[in-house]
Amino acid sequence: MARLAMVIDTVRCVGCMDCIVACKTENQTPEGFNRDWIAYDTQGKFPTLHQEIRSERCNQCSEPPCVDCCPTGASHVHEYGGVVLVEKTMCIGCKACIASCPYDARYVHPEGYVDKCTFCIHRVEKGMDPACVSVCPTHCMHFGDLEDPLSNVSKLLASRKHHTLIPQAGTEPHVYYLT
Amino acid sequence: MTTLSRRKFLKISGATVAAASAVAAAGRSVSSAIATTNVERGDRTVATYCDICFWKCGAIAHVRDGKLWKVEGNPLDPLSNGRLCPRGTGGVGAAFDTDRLRAPLIRRRDRGEDEWVEVTWDEAMTYIAERMQKIKSSYGPESVALFSHGIGGNFFKHTIKAFGSPNISAPSFAQCRGPRDVGFRLTFGEDVSSPERTDIRNAQCLVLIGSHLGENMHNTQVQEFADAVGNGASIIVVDPRYSIAASKAKYYLPIKPGTDLALILAWMNVIVAEKLYDAEYVAMYGFGFEPFAASIAPYTPEWAYPETGIEPALIRATAREMARYRPATLIHPGRHATWYGDDAQRSRAIALLNALMGSWGRKGGFYAPVSMDVPAYPTPPYPTPSKLKVDNPDHKYPFAHETITTGIREATITGKPYPIKGWFVYATNLLHALPNEQETIRAMQNLDLLVVIDVIPSEIAGWADVVLPESIYLERHDELNVEWFREPFVALRQPVVESPNDQKPNWWMAKTLAEKLGLGAYYPWKNAEEYLSTRITNAGMSWEQLKKDGIIRGEKRPIFFDEGVPAEFPTPTGKIEFFSVQLQKAGFDPVPMYKRPEGGPPGSFRLLYGRSPVHSFSRTQNNPVLMDMVDENMVWVNADVADRNGWKTGDWVVLRNQDGVVSNRIKVLATERIRPDCVYMVHGFGHTAKHLRRALGRGASDSQLITRYAVDPLMGGTAMNVNFVTIEATEVAHG
Ligand code: SF4
Repeated sequence: MARLAMVIDTVRCVGCMDCIVACKTENQTPEGFNRDWIAYDTQGKFPTLHQEIRSERCNQCSEPPCVDCCPTGASHVHEYGGVVLVEKTMCIGCKACIASCPYDARYVHPEGYVDKCTFCIHRVEKGMDPACVSVCPTHCMHFGDLEDPLSNVSKLLASRKHHTLIPQAGTEPHVYYLT
Repeated sequence: MTTLSRRKFLKISGATVAAASAVAAAGRSVSSAIATTNVERGDRTVATYCDICFWKCGAIAHVRDGKLWKVEGNPLDPLSNGRLCPRGTGGVGAAFDTDRLRAPLIRRRDRGEDEWVEVTWDEAMTYIAERMQKIKSSYGPESVALFSHGIGGNFFKHTIKAFGSPNISAPSFAQCRGPRDVGFRLTFGEDVSSPERTDIRNAQCLVLIGSHLGENMHNTQVQEFADAVGNGASIIVVDPRYSIAASKAKYYLPIKPGTDLALILAWMNVIVAEKLYDAEYVAMYGFGFEPFAASIAPYTPEWAYPETGIEPALIRATAREMARYRPATLIHPGRHATWYGDDAQRSRAIALLNALMGSWGRKGGFYAPVSMDVPAYPTPPYPTPSKLKVDNPDHKYPFAHETITTGIREATITGKPYPIKGWFVYATNLLHALPNEQETIRAMQNLDLLVVIDVIPSEIAGWADVVLPESIYLERHDELNVEWFREPFVALRQPVVESPNDQKPNWWMAKTLAEKLGLGAYYPWKNAEEYLSTRITNAGMSWEQLKKDGIIRGEKRPIFFDEGVPAEFPTPTGKIEFFSVQLQKAGFDPVPMYKRPEGGPPGSFRLLYGRSPVHSFSRTQNNPVLMDMVDENMVWVNADVADRNGWKTGDWVVLRNQDGVVSNRIKVLATERIRPDCVYMVHGFGHTAKHLRRALGRGASDSQLITRYAVDPLMGGTAMNVNFVTIEATEVAHG
């Protein structure tokens, strides 16, 4: 079994949005909708400020409330890597998953089904990185298998300070931010 | 936890899958704007290079089932290192833009009314050639000028030179990097060039003065900046705004706008007074150090404090920090340097500070760029114009080594030193690029011919007599990119897909026009492929390899002094000129001196502008992919100021400048990330061209508010951070 995860280095990230653009062109998300976004988290008073810049998306949780609450089973955990996916043909657009997601990671596609980040599973299953990871000009994004202690992501989490988003929600997110 | 096995799931929903994918497929074909006529199946890739900005990154374009799909970086390319910037990744949006120019247009009402008739290419070219000949017989060929941006303008330059005009110019000089290059030339004898010869990757201390890398996305520089940050380099950022780069800095200096030169002088004062400079380097390569040291002696940190607002202790600490890492201390020269009117001297001060660090020619500082030898395609010599260039009469700006756009504009208005009656405008939206749009409009009213070549119906296209629609970069060949960089290479731009309508590549237009003008001898080749392949074959390289890989790399060569590059400085003294006799002789300060900038009317804010990482100039606001990232600009206002005035983030306001010009409506961004005495907006928004339907009225235009500009007395650059605005709440949409 694999447990896929994304590890994003906020020290290198400049928030340029290349990850969002790449997702858009790779996955052909409709105009007006994106599966990932940038958070600019600024603390302090001018000029003594601190800013963390994060590329955010579905956290591919191990305890995904969106799967638990889906009445049709459209929201499900993929057999490889623990990735949470939506089978659009089974989605009735009831938005229960959207309400349950603490990260606001999902949106209703104009064609009526719920859409969100897939970790580019179609690429990953061919041995490639997700589109966002593969384009990042600052090399701040890393992707891999946490079950493998020798993977880049495992090593980064073992050696660098990091955090996840809203850990208190108990969702066990799998997008990690190095600080 | 509910887990559903994939197999079980598919069995349940087999029927639904088929039905729904038909729906999805229909949806996809509706959204695909550029279906080609031939039925092509499967995936293919073409190597080319990007054109969303002038950096020219190597790219691999993907075509799926005959339709353009996506663009990625070319791993063989040393500019992109296989990764494009967000604009490059979103470059496909230029193809999907349904407002693109489709066919040649001739104006049918008054200039600027943006009303057109579609004509054939032959009609358009005949019209242009006839008007050009008329201008030539009445005024001489010099009275036709070309404004051009980027490598795509090369063939038009060739045609205009063959026609006999020397008046060819790009806003990149007088509206952008000109002062920087002049400041560095006066000091080291050489330009910073483009791509900048900065070794950011190896810098141990990087100083950014107003340069907002990370928002400015010139790809290689940002990649190297991230490397420097990742390697723990000490970053010092000077900016009135807490930029993205500032958030990576060890030291952030929130300088009062317009006072950068005071800070740089104070830094040099500390470094000289405390003898922190590279004495050996200065002694070996420097000229005039003693008078330089004497000249900067009064500029102590205590003197600089009231000017800049930066505490003396912080000035000293950062000066020492720079000295600690020299020569791997890079004080970045920036790029867009037309700020306050003292720009060439400020840039010269940056050059001098680098000289004190000994960073020119050293790792972590500035390298000596190298290039490949690719001979030009042999063509007849150009005729010698009988008149000098029109832009800089009597060498009023003695150190302008390139043509001044605004000088051509001035001559077009005044008719002096001689009239300019024809403008060609290639891929530059002059109404957003030049300051004071009214002057540009006045100049255009004096023309007998205005031709705009572009891919989108920009504001300047709206004023043309003839608009020539160009194929976008993914549909055309272009001139080879024989780059000056860390290592030599040559890159090819080649078509990935066909143009959807009647658009043509620039080479075809320039060649066809030359033929109409009887200048066919200057185009002794049939098509771009013949031209390009001849150049490549004559250079001893393989055309087939270039077509396949998009790039051919040369042997790495020495780029630093310690690798064997000779330490040569092509200045009058052959040395790094701490004291400049040529400046003194021309009546300027031989060592930079500070003059306090003028303030604005009471209650006003200095208007600052910059870049978004997802937009290039005013050229990408109709790109559906990039507009999905950032679709308007906002006016940044200090949070306390906003609070006092009752402005909240998202409130609509208009900006009124010192001359009473009122902007489009724009939303407030109340933020801690800016000083209280200035406001900031991203350049390129606030379009008024009615055929740019996605961009129209989104955000406000800084250019519209830049009615004042200060001219750099050394080189004629137009400084644009000299405008002041007040903010007025509004409910109504303007413009
Ligand atoms: S920097 Fe970005 S927009 Fe410019 S050429 Fe490179 S990828 Fe294209």
